[in-house]
Amino acid sequence: MTTVHLTVNGRPYELDVEPRRTLADALREDCGLTGTHLGCEHGVCGACTVLVDGTAVRSCLMFAVQCEGARIRTVEGLAADDGTAHPLQDAFSAEHALQCGFCTPGFLMLAAGALESDPEMVRDDERLRELLTSNLCRCTGYEAIRRAVEAAGQVSMRDTGATTRS
Amino acid sequence: MKPAPFEYVAARTEDDVVAALTDGHTEVLAGGQSLVLEMNYRSRRPARLVDINRVPGFDRLATGGDVLRVGPLVRHRAFEGDAVPGPLGVLLRRVVRHIAHPPIRARGTMLGSLAYAHPAAEWPAVLTALGADLELAGRDGRRTISAGDFFLGPHTTARRPGELLAEARLTLLPAGTRVGFAEHRRTHASFAQLAVLAAVTLTGGHVSAVRVGLVNAADRPVRAHHAEAALLGRPLDDAAITAAGQAAGAQDADPRDQPYAGLDYQRHAVAVLTRRALAQARDEG
Repeated sequence: MTTVHLTVNGRPYELDVEPRRTLADALREDCGLTGTHLGCEHGVCGACTVLVDGTAVRSCLMFAVQCEGARIRTVEGLAADDGTAHPLQDAFSAEHALQCGFCTPGFLMLAAGALESDPEMVRDDERLRELLTSNLCRCTGYEAIRRAVEAAGQVSMRDTGATTRS
Repeated sequence: MKPAPFEYVAARTEDDVVAALTDGHTEVLAGGQSLVLEMNYRSRRPARLVDINRVPGFDRLATGGDVLRVGPLVRHRAFEGDAVPGPLGVLLRRVVRHIAHPPIRARGTMLGSLAYAHPAAEWPAVLTALGADLELAGRDGRRTISAGDFFLGPHTTARRPGELLAEARLTLLPAGTRVGFAEHRRTHASFAQLAVLAAVTLTGGHVSAVRVGLVNAADRPVRAHHAEAALLGRPLDDAAITAAGQAAGAQDADPRDQPYAGLDYQRHAVAVLTRRALAQARDEG
């Protein structure tokens, strides 16, 4: 067993894990954060996507021991502390961008990573579509998800603009 | 599934990596975007992993003189921006968008892709066609091998047990070189069924230097010498482009029979993609 220190959604964790423990399993089994879903476990479906130091990655293709000192963000960390939904969560709801919801945490974190590094990316339709090919959804199709991410991007840009003006 | 148990070593220096590799049962963990999934399948069960993600300097991507040096931890994503100058940068930017999708490109590495030598991978054909040098570090020191000699077959390279693929060196393409890339795949994020890259230099309206590379058109990456010969000394017009496509499909490609594509189809598709890559080089530069 190896001891790993990481921060998940702002909270520090000290985990004793085998090297073979994937980050996804460590989040689910050791941190009790089951919002991160595991679909294929070989990097194809994207349900396990989380942010590691701000970058969206497949948590099934990383080992927890690789995350010593890392800052992880999962779907549980999207809403504000008072429960106010993240703009992406509002947009997914408004646009009916989910049915069964299995893929939703992965799509939310994929989009959160992209919008936080560059909200303007939603202005580029091709880039947005390319981003959304990263993950699989077997219920809604992708158009509602695309609309939701675009809408959340517009909100982020407006908020960023407001911050700049004030 | 879950990986079989293994021992984990977090290397801090290149010497750590090389020392760990000497036991013959240790694999290098770089981006892990192929290795970890194969471990999850349990089709690979390394006894030990040496993680190179925390070795300072391994993510170096530097240009010195006319040479681009790529360290063993440079992620695919590094080639999406304008880090690489000139026409080589344009070519790498066009190619990288065809590699998997953003989360995989954020972790996977160019040198990992070379070491893995997947037949449908883009980088091996790019480096083969451009005549890149690859440096391997082992217990007995370092050696350099040209990319053309490195790839021996699907998932088979000249890297010996105990060696780390430590650097790739590409010569920058001279200003004015025109580049193109065309790929055929079933969906945006699918593996390449076939792809072709081209880099063409025109002098006085005639082709004075040219490199053409084929992805997944043989048991290893191909530099398409016959297609290049069909272009050299000629204007880059439709007739020359058609002749080059013909040569690439008929002579340079050496396809294997695939469940989804017969040999004739693959040769035809190589010709079409070669024409498209060259037309892009001519029309978009």
